[in-house]
Amino acid sequence: MSKEKTIFQTLAEKPWEEDQIKIDNEHQGQTLNLSKYKLGLRTIMVISTIIFSLFIVSYSDRMLVHDWRSMPEPWLLWLNTGVLLLSSFVFHFTKLAADRNQNEKARNGLYFVGFLAYSFLIGQLLVWYQLMSSGYYGTTNVANAFFYLFTTLHGLHLIGGLYFWGRTTSKFLNKSSKAEDVKHSIELCAIYWHFLLAVWAVLFGLMLFT
Amino acid sequence: MSDEYEHKIEAKSDYTTDTSSVGASDIDAVPEAEVPDQELYHSHSWWTTYVFSQDAKYIGVQYALTAVGTGLLGLVLSWLMRIQLAYPELGWFEPAAYYQFVTMHGMIMVIYLLTALFLGGFGNFLIPLMCGSRDMAFPYVNMISYWMFVVAVLVLLASFFVPGGPTGAGWTLYPPQAITSGTPGHNIGIVLMLVSLVLFVAGFTMGGLNYIITVLQLRARGMTLMRMPLTVWGIFTATVLALLAFPALLVGGLMMTLDGVLGTSFFMPAMISMGEKLSYDGGSPILFQHLFWFFGHPEVYIVALPAFGIVSDLISIHSRKNIFGYRMMVWAIVGIGALSFFVWAHHMYVSGMNPWFGFFFATTTLIIAVPTAIKVYNWIITLWRGNIQLTLPMLFSLAFIVTFLNGGLTGLFLGNVTVDVPLSDTYFVVAHFHMVMGIAPILVVFGAIYHWYPLITGRMLNETLGKIHFWITFVGSYAIYFPMHYQGFVGVPRRYFEIYDSPYIETSTLLLNQFITIAALIVGAAQLLFLYNIIVSARLGKKSGKNPWKANSLEWQTPQMPPEHGNWGKETPKVYRWAYDYSVPGAKEDYIPQNIPPSEITGAKVEKT
Repeated sequence: MSKEKTIFQTLAEKPWEEDQIKIDNEHQGQTLNLSKYKLGLRTIMVISTIIFSLFIVSYSDRMLVHDWRSMPEPWLLWLNTGVLLLSSFVFHFTKLAADRNQNEKARNGLYFVGFLAYSFLIGQLLVWYQLMSSGYYGTTNVANAFFYLFTTLHGLHLIGGLYFWGRTTSKFLNKSSKAEDVKHSIELCAIYWHFLLAVWAVLFGLMLFT
Repeated sequence: MSDEYEHKIEAKSDYTTDTSSVGASDIDAVPEAEVPDQELYHSHSWWTTYVFSQDAKYIGVQYALTAVGTGLLGLVLSWLMRIQLAYPELGWFEPAAYYQFVTMHGMIMVIYLLTALFLGGFGNFLIPLMCGSRDMAFPYVNMISYWMFVVAVLVLLASFFVPGGPTGAGWTLYPPQAITSGTPGHNIGIVLMLVSLVLFVAGFTMGGLNYIITVLQLRARGMTLMRMPLTVWGIFTATVLALLAFPALLVGGLMMTLDGVLGTSFFMPAMISMGEKLSYDGGSPILFQHLFWFFGHPEVYIVALPAFGIVSDLISIHSRKNIFGYRMMVWAIVGIGALSFFVWAHHMYVSGMNPWFGFFFATTTLIIAVPTAIKVYNWIITLWRGNIQLTLPMLFSLAFIVTFLNGGLTGLFLGNVTVDVPLSDTYFVVAHFHMVMGIAPILVVFGAIYHWYPLITGRMLNETLGKIHFWITFVGSYAIYFPMHYQGFVGVPRRYFEIYDSPYIETSTLLLNQFITIAALIVGAAQLLFLYNIIVSARLGKKSGKNPWKANSLEWQTPQMPPEHGNWGKETPKVYRWAYDYSVPGAKEDYIPQNIPPSEITGAKVEKT
């Protein structure tokens, strides 16, 4: 596979010229040196980024209106953020273990990540319960509505990630299975986990400072 | 971007590449495949072959049939609207029903017909075949994508049967009126519409993921990006646009659903309805307009770019000439796609925006005319001194160029703020967007179906029926939409259920309306001829044989015709040239397919473009 070209170099090619024909005949039919799963994940992360960005734009536009009342951030939200940060860390080390073919370490890492992710989701629900019981409903003020919307969407993204985490883990459950076989899936899940941490950091930061 | 990715070559597939048979002369030398052949899913039962199929060709046909079926409903709705406008004294409908027809007609035609047909239908069928791959990258996800589309359509149709009926808010679904009492379907209809759109977006995202990754990663050997047919470029760029633009619709749709169902105030301002103050406060309806049009304008190009791509190929093939300025055509497609994200507010000139804001968007809008004009010129220069075959695909392509030019020119008027303000909300706008976004892409759809029908069924469509269909559709659609420009100039407002005897509207308007309605009924009925042709020719049409149009692109070079599961038999094709080597001096035939190695055409020398 030849060196990857920039989009401008690609668009400047003249496919009908003799010299270019020789180069083009060598082409393997793949544009980027990535697995299709990794490219798929990246595409999904781009789309999610756009969705969240549009929500953030809407949030920034809406908060300028006089009726905006910021809502308090319960301390539990900080704890949840910590849990998410920890799960991202653990996933990173799980990926490293899988790369080094340390089966037992990688397997335990996956279990721990799952536990942390579910704890995060339960934690978020507890925050919802706390806020609702002190009267912060989505209809009371639009700032609350944005909070519920953001946490729901982020949670749904995490549940989607957990589906793939589950598939990877179930392939890896058997003691005889090797980290080798699920290495790529673990790597992709880890990237996605880091992505969700970044999204949460931005959303939480936005709600914290406004 | 170079990740270490180890390929696991598994010899499970029936089509393991047999490289030992490659023994051609030096000039044909192609390196051995570094990329392993794609693993294929093989269906085992009738259900997994024809219903829950994972073969992109079947999914493409399924998408197309579902989209066309929904589109026929949209056509009938347009008939009903036209009858109301021409013969209001019949009193067939309540005003509410008229608005529901308008809304559903618009939404069905733009999203459930054109987007689904171009990307889901043509995209699925043509991308793997034209790129030389065996199937899409993720066939299972592809299948789910189709069935989500089916569910989206069913939810949309269900809204006809719920209390209050479907929403009548117009296809733009502007709040606050979309969810305020007084608008038809403000309760359940609008929610079903939004749910259906969210499902469509989710399903489309899965499909779009497939189209992008297949085009980028699973092409045949030798198929560089700049050797791809323009059809693939058009569909690919449109898919990128769709993946970037549909999130805006999703975001707006979600927030409006919450406003409607839970009573949040994202878009809903403080309002008094029926003398009572509603619980909403402080929401911004303009924000929804921005979100909607940030999706809505790229949507125009999501429909137009595949049409541009397809028509370029049809013109080149049926005039036996290479497409003029291939690179420029690719640049224009990519450029139009990029620019389409910076023009959305030209749909909102009368929303009370800052004049400088309108000035900015008028400028960007007019800049899009540059790449679009380049494309029109290139199509015409391709035809210049070409060996033009007046086949049905060519006729439809020529009709497309004229119609698109016509719609594009009226777009120049509407793109200017000062000209738009008086024309806004008149029939001039209706005429403009139907010409540019309705008739023009549909003409390409017809041309493309006449062109690729043999590839699907192995038989040709009937030429005589096709010619009748063409002339009625072409002349008829001008009979419908040309008078609307005039109506717009004399100030007939759009979206009016009935004009009554308004002293401000010319009396000739009603006569014109009757003329338009009769033309619309005839053009609509002519489509039955087309459907009849499609159904009957599948069994009784003339056998097409291989490559009936003598085309170069890979989809016509499959070992079986029509192509079978896996497309390419034992080995995927190798590509030695671009798709436009027509009438090459020195070659025996007037076309050189992309997979013909240089040793077989030693005398031929490609002209410089």
